[in-house]
This record gives sequence, C-alpha cells and structure tokens, in this order.
Amino acid sequence: MSNEGKWELRLYIAGQTPNSVLALRNITKYCEQHLEGKYIIEVIDLLKNPQLAEGDQIFAIPTLVRKVPVPLRKIIGDLSNEEKVLVGLNIRPINS
Amino acid sequence: MPNNGMGTLLKTPTGISGLDEITNGGFPKGRPVLICGSAGCGKTLFAAQFLVKGITAYDEPGVFMSFEESPSDLTQNFESLGFDFEKLKAEKKLRIDHVRIERSEIEETGEYDLEGIFIRLNYAIDSIGAKRVVLDTIESIFSGMENMTLLRSEIRRLFTWLKEKGVTAIITGERGESSLTRQGLEEYVSDCVILLDFRVIEQIATRRLRIVKYRGSTHGTNEYPFLIDESGISVLPVTSLKLDYKSSTEIISTGLPALDKSFSTGGVYRASSILITGNAGTSKTILAAHFAMSSCKRKESTLFFSFEESPDQLVRNMATIGIDFEQAIQEKMLLIQASRPSLQGLELHLMVLNKLLEELKPRTVIIDPISSLITIGNTNEVRAMLVRLMDTLKKKQVNALFTSLTYDGQSEYNNSTVDAVSSLADTWIDLKNEERNYERVRSLLIVKSRGMAHSNNRHDFIITGKGIQFTTSNKK
Repeated sequence: MSNEGKWELRLYIAGQTPNSVLALRNITKYCEQHLEGKYIIEVIDLLKNPQLAEGDQIFAIPTLVRKVPVPLRKIIGDLSNEEKVLVGLNIRPINS
Repeated sequence: MPNNGMGTLLKTPTGISGLDEITNGGFPKGRPVLICGSAGCGKTLFAAQFLVKGITAYDEPGVFMSFEESPSDLTQNFESLGFDFEKLKAEKKLRIDHVRIERSEIEETGEYDLEGIFIRLNYAIDSIGAKRVVLDTIESIFSGMENMTLLRSEIRRLFTWLKEKGVTAIITGERGESSLTRQGLEEYVSDCVILLDFRVIEQIATRRLRIVKYRGSTHGTNEYPFLIDESGISVLPVTSLKLDYKSSTEIISTGLPALDKSFSTGGVYRASSILITGNAGTSKTILAAHFAMSSCKRKESTLFFSFEESPDQLVRNMATIGIDFEQAIQEKMLLIQASRPSLQGLELHLMVLNKLLEELKPRTVIIDPISSLITIGNTNEVRAMLVRLMDTLKKKQVNALFTSLTYDGQSEYNNSTVDAVSSLADTWIDLKNEERNYERVRSLLIVKSRGMAHSNNRHDFIITGKGIQFTTSNKK
C-alpha cells in the first residue's frame, strides 16, 4: 500500500460558505503535502448542479468523496482535523 | 391565536378517508405535520397514501424522501394497494429520493451542515412542482451521525424551510420511550401532530389514531379506529357525526299487517331503527325476515347481516315458513352477508358494513343478532360502534333492524347490548316465550315506538307455514 496511482477526490459544496472554503483549503493542503502530482480535486457546487447530490448520496455539506482508489469513502465537515482526514482517506503521511 | 374561524387556516385534503372529517378539512396547508407511532403502525403507508391520493385525487405532485426503504422496496410494498409509483414517477407527478446514510463509509471532521438534504429536497420539489412532501423517517439520520446538537438545529431549520417553501409535509417519527418521537421532533413540528397506535385487545388487533395537536383548528379529540385494507387506510370517526339528519314522515310496513295495525301510524317511519329483543328461540330472526321481505316487495334493496347462520341455512330455514329469500336473492333485492363475529374486530365489521352500504346502497339493513358483537369488544366499544352505525344508517336514510339476544332470568333492562341499543332505537319490540296451560305461547310487545301511539298489549302469535300469524286474543 502506497500512495501510487491517481487519487480522484470530489468535494461537494453549496456556495462559498466558510465551511466549504475551509474544507477546500484543507484538502488542497493535505494533498499537496502527501499526494503531490498524484491527485485531482473536483469541486462540485450543488447550488449550481443540485441534480448531482443524489448520485453520491450527499446530505451534509461540505462532503469529500474519494472516488478513486475504491472503495468509496466520505468525509463530512470542514476537514480541519488532518489526522482524521488522512485516516479516513487512507493516505499514508509522507514525512512520518 | 388569531385563527378562530374556519376560513383563516387553509387545509389540504389528506386523501385518507374519514380523516378530513375529523380534522375539519384536512392538514394545515403549507405546514409540516408529524405522524408518530411505534414500528408497524402504518406510518409509511399513511404518508404514501397522502402523496398518492394527493396526486390522483387533487392533482398535487409529491416528493417522497425516504431515509429507510429504497425506492424499489417502496414501489413493491405499495403495489398491492394499487399505488403505482412507477407510473406516477413516469408522469412526473412523483419523485422518490432515497437518502442512504452508510455509517461505515462516513467520517466526520469539523463543522458541517445538512445543506445537502435541503438542496436535494428543493431540487426534487422544483423539478415536478410538488405541493406535498413526505420525509420518512428523518430521525434515522441520527443513528448515522455523531453531532446531535447540530442535527437537531438542522432539522429545526429544515421544518422552517419547508414552511417557507409552502409545501404540506408529512414527517414520520418512531415512537419514543417518554416522548412522542425518539428525538423529540414534536417540539419542532408544532402545527399538527398525529399519533398512530397499534394494539391487541383480547386477541383482536386494533389500530387507532389520535390528533394530539392541531394548532389553529378545531379537531376531534377522540381515539379513532382506523383500518388498513386493500384500498389503504380509512379512519372511522366515532362520534363526529352530529344529530342533524333529516327525519322522514313516510310510513313503511313491518312486513306483518297485523303488527302494522298496532302502531297508530300503520307502520314504522322510514329510516328509523327497530330493535327486537328476546330469548333464544323467540322468533327474532323470523320477524327480521318479514321486515326484510317487505322491503324486497317494495323493490328496495336489502342487506341482511347474519352473525349466526350461513346464507344457505337462513334461506332454507325461512323457506319452511313460507318466506322466499331465494327469489329475493335472485332478483338481487336481497343480499345476505354472513360472518363470524370473532373473525374480525368491531371496526372491520363496521367497515365491511360501510363498504357494502356504499356499494349496494341498500334501503334496508338487518343485523342478526347485534348481541353477537358484544362478544368481541367491551360494552363501551360496542356502544360506540352501534352509535356510529346507527348514525350512518340514519344519514343514508336506511331502514334498520337489529335483533338482540337476551337470556332467561336476565331482564331486558339489564343486558348490555340492549342497554346500548335501546336508547338509540326508535322502535323496540320484545319477544317472549312462556308456558300457559301446558302450552308454549309466543308473544310480542311493543316496548316503545318514537313519534307514534302504539298498542300496549302483548300480542300472542304462532309460527305457521306462512310465517308469523297473530292469534286473535290479546292478553292483558
């Protein structure tokens, strides 16, 4: 298990709310740190595309979905706890 | 509270038969309604019927947001009730959104809100122009999440949002230990709260409904029995009917000319109720049969409820005394409906009767004997049912005849069924067998008959090949 291959992450937000902005800033930071060059973060604003909420079973905002690698994982909240996010996404920290 | 008239609070018909009557027109329009009850009490069905009937009967599209069952399960479950979810979905009248929360694949970290649900709901509502919304059962969201405080405030926000959206919503909630719902949703939904209950009394299952709260509207406060059958839920208002039916002055025959003469009017009023009491073997059923035949002869359809004899047996027995039920049945003037009293609860009996009343529109109904029903309920329940039954019959201008069995040594004034019915019946006839000079003599006495003078004598009669024949002498 390493951080090989591409990581496809999807962040669901609903407008530029403080939680959403914070979540995006957090996940970008973690990815830059641990998955540099190996990740894609797609941001989906449900205010603009409400029909996309049902497909990924989104009920809380913000929600981060790990599409690849499988299995699907979801982390809800502003992602402020780095350790929880990394464990939740199963990312092995680089410098530890 | 500014709402004191009927006009101020707009109502949405519930689509559940009988419930509009209790709620004076339905649910509060554009407001959330909480339906709570224990597992298996019919909450989801209640909600589904509200939506489906809303679409089919009132052309109000609806959104079903399910937190428990999947759309395919829901579709299957309600197929048997004739709710065609697939068709309604295809017609863009119904939208089902299944909110599935898999605890195992979700991690919580930091602040969040439930905006996702708002967005999905909003999208679903706007995509079909929904007027009705069901959230079933939103509380299950609590079991998947950690932050209770946040969830509570978000659910409160959701209810406010629903109100602003102007949709009439049903929110279902599981019955809690000490509160109406596990998470105390009743604190947030303050406009209308309905409690469903399912209990088994003396081995007979009864479902009941009570309106706990209905802000700004008058409503019935009793517990109302309700039924789930192949056409969904129907509620039976116990006492919501008022004493305001029309009274007929038309006189009809009892089927026995000699008995008719005992009334100053020459018969009984149309749409009145007759009670016949007597011990076993006092010819109550025969008297009832004469009444039924007189109705058939007037070409008025007649419904005979038999709780003791099968239709065949009744036809055979009556044939021996010259009462031709067979022909009346063939002419479709008479329908005999036989069932065991203990087969179903009181409500179901009443329901079957109500249904037949709707379908056949009989002008005469006979229940033989009504005392059988007492074996399946306590006196209060039986009485309540009889009151409802009689009111319904009066309202529909149906002639009613009930027989009731009394026992030896038990005065007719001391019998619970008689007690329940006699005050409601317009005419009360008591039958008796007694031994006189080594001979058994049958006799009949009119105990009361409202709105007319009547004979006070006990009339002797015999049973012949032509039915009841009065003998000449009257006993003082």
